[in-house]
Amino acid sequence: MDYITEFIAMMVSASTPILLAALGEIYAERSGILNLGVEGMMAAGAAIAFYTTLFTRNIVIGLLSACIAGMLLSLIHGFISITIKSNQIVSGLALSMIGLGISSLIGRNLVGTPLRNSLGIVEIAILSDIPILGAFFRQNTLTYLSYILTAILWYILFKTKIGIAIRMVGDNPKSADSIGINVYAVRYGCTLIGGVLAGLAGAYLSVAYTPTWIEGMTAGQGWIALALTVFSAWNPFYALIGSYLFGGIRILQFRLQPLKLSPPLLSTLPYLFTIVALALLNIERIRRRIGAPQYLGKPYHREEAWM
Amino acid sequence: MKIRITRYLRIERRGELGLMGRILMKILAILLALLFSAMIFAISGVDPWYAYTLIFVKSFTYSGLTEIATKLIPILLCTVGLTVAFKAGVWNIGAEGQLLLGAIGATWIALFVDVYDQLRLPLAILVGMVSGASWGLIPVILKVRLNVNEVVSTLMMNYIASGIVDYLVYGPWKGAREWGFPYTDKFPDTAWLPLIPGTRIHWPTLLLSVLSSILVYILLSRTALGFEIKVCGQGKRVADYLGIPYGSRLIIAMIISGGLAGLAGVGEVCGVHRRLRYASSISSGYGYTAIISAWLSGLNPIGSIPSSFFLAFLLTGRDIIQVSLGLPFATSNIFNGSILISILIVEVLGRYRIRWGRWTI
Repeated sequence: MDYITEFIAMMVSASTPILLAALGEIYAERSGILNLGVEGMMAAGAAIAFYTTLFTRNIVIGLLSACIAGMLLSLIHGFISITIKSNQIVSGLALSMIGLGISSLIGRNLVGTPLRNSLGIVEIAILSDIPILGAFFRQNTLTYLSYILTAILWYILFKTKIGIAIRMVGDNPKSADSIGINVYAVRYGCTLIGGVLAGLAGAYLSVAYTPTWIEGMTAGQGWIALALTVFSAWNPFYALIGSYLFGGIRILQFRLQPLKLSPPLLSTLPYLFTIVALALLNIERIRRRIGAPQYLGKPYHREEAWM
Repeated sequence: MKIRITRYLRIERRGELGLMGRILMKILAILLALLFSAMIFAISGVDPWYAYTLIFVKSFTYSGLTEIATKLIPILLCTVGLTVAFKAGVWNIGAEGQLLLGAIGATWIALFVDVYDQLRLPLAILVGMVSGASWGLIPVILKVRLNVNEVVSTLMMNYIASGIVDYLVYGPWKGAREWGFPYTDKFPDTAWLPLIPGTRIHWPTLLLSVLSSILVYILLSRTALGFEIKVCGQGKRVADYLGIPYGSRLIIAMIISGGLAGLAGVGEVCGVHRRLRYASSISSGYGYTAIISAWLSGLNPIGSIPSSFFLAFLLTGRDIIQVSLGLPFATSNIFNGSILISILIVEVLGRYRIRWGRWTI
């Protein structure tokens, strides 16, 4: 493999976890729920996937349990931000803390333990022989899943009625409610999708990317995923492209040391790009075209008998 | 608003709680969080009772208490700062980054600027506060001018700040005498904050932190500016309606918030470490801890003192269980997170009360 192909292969595999987590967060935020707990859900997913895979020797059970863990954590966030309409920012931060804590508690005796049956690389015949681009088809199953999910989630969000309902709930919950969309149900659904995918993203780290338990496995990738969500203008397809940019920066941190580029400074680039993207997205003309969710982070109070 | 549950039991909305009621609610929240964390500990095979008694016994010793006081300083400063920002409706998640910038500013004066010895420390404090404030200014100006969500931008600024600190200590500011450690050289002693002998408590900063909580209390409850800041917290529309300059009040609130966080950073480098180190060792998450503390205080600057003390106690407890039980450092995050969650839940429950007695209406 020549240098470029190798770089692309590494970039794609480094960007899969942030892509998976960002895809979920895109759905949550499109429905108006800001979940700052991605890092925590990823961390918990990573630990639980590792633990269950280690003891059941079955990767599928490991991946599923990570999804369930992420979902349960996001359920807490859903309860606080949708049902009791309390502060989403505080709740999301709390979720991150709890997830990170649970992760290190589960992994406390596993540090350094390798995983025997990790998710290996599957080469797709013919496609993987294409020069350079073949690198995209020399990946593990979860990365292939991330391609498929990007396409499906993009299609649902922009080409189906469900997608219209989700975007409407995030843009104007009141009118969504008035045409008979169940705002609470849509928001719960999207928050849970966010949790499932964040759990899966964490599982990718521990059973596929570095199948040895390390304390602090996620190392801030949940926050990068959160940045990517905004950077992608809440569009799954742009998230795919953005994840390669951010993943590429991550790989460069390890590979460009001889070129005197400071790794810590390189690591700030995704965050810097995101702030610039946020500023650009809020210029009225661009925002109209992209359609950022207007009710992001605001609870919806239906005029009910109590609350 | 009343909901009938049975003939004799109903839930109804109540008025604002009094001071005692609010304090009781916070204590209830802490107890719930301890219970929830104990459950998680028990499930994963750690005896929670043993862990809790260990934290208690070891914290309330002389060395435990001085450690709590040392950690109280940055937490209290950040908490008071966040209180001002939150009151103005600015969701500053960026105290961590503002603290780091304060540390950078102070280090610059301490090591690289030629000034009179008597001026070095005061100038380090001033420049640290200005650096912290200007780091906070970027997201608030983006918010005021371009309507950029400050939650995301302040969060991103934290990671940029920690990247800059790491860049400096691994690169241009790396100490000549540090044998490969990512530290700067030790500060000259003219840039040291004086300590209470035998402890790591840098008392001038401790005094300033308590003073800041009193001053911010006066600002928010007794001055026109404080009133205007609180009105802005009700939203731009309300501020516009009352003719209050929304943007400038938000900027003022953020300058105070970032400046106090910057001062916390000065305290860490000039008082505790006496050099700049890699980011995660300068502030073990004080900026995030302060968010919990601010929320626990109910955004009351005076209440910040006990709530910051409690959080400092928890952080000390974290070190204790790390050393004595061999639990990883991040484990204590379970407490922090569940405290936040239970405050949110208890706050909502506190708006209602259960009444017994015959349903009359």
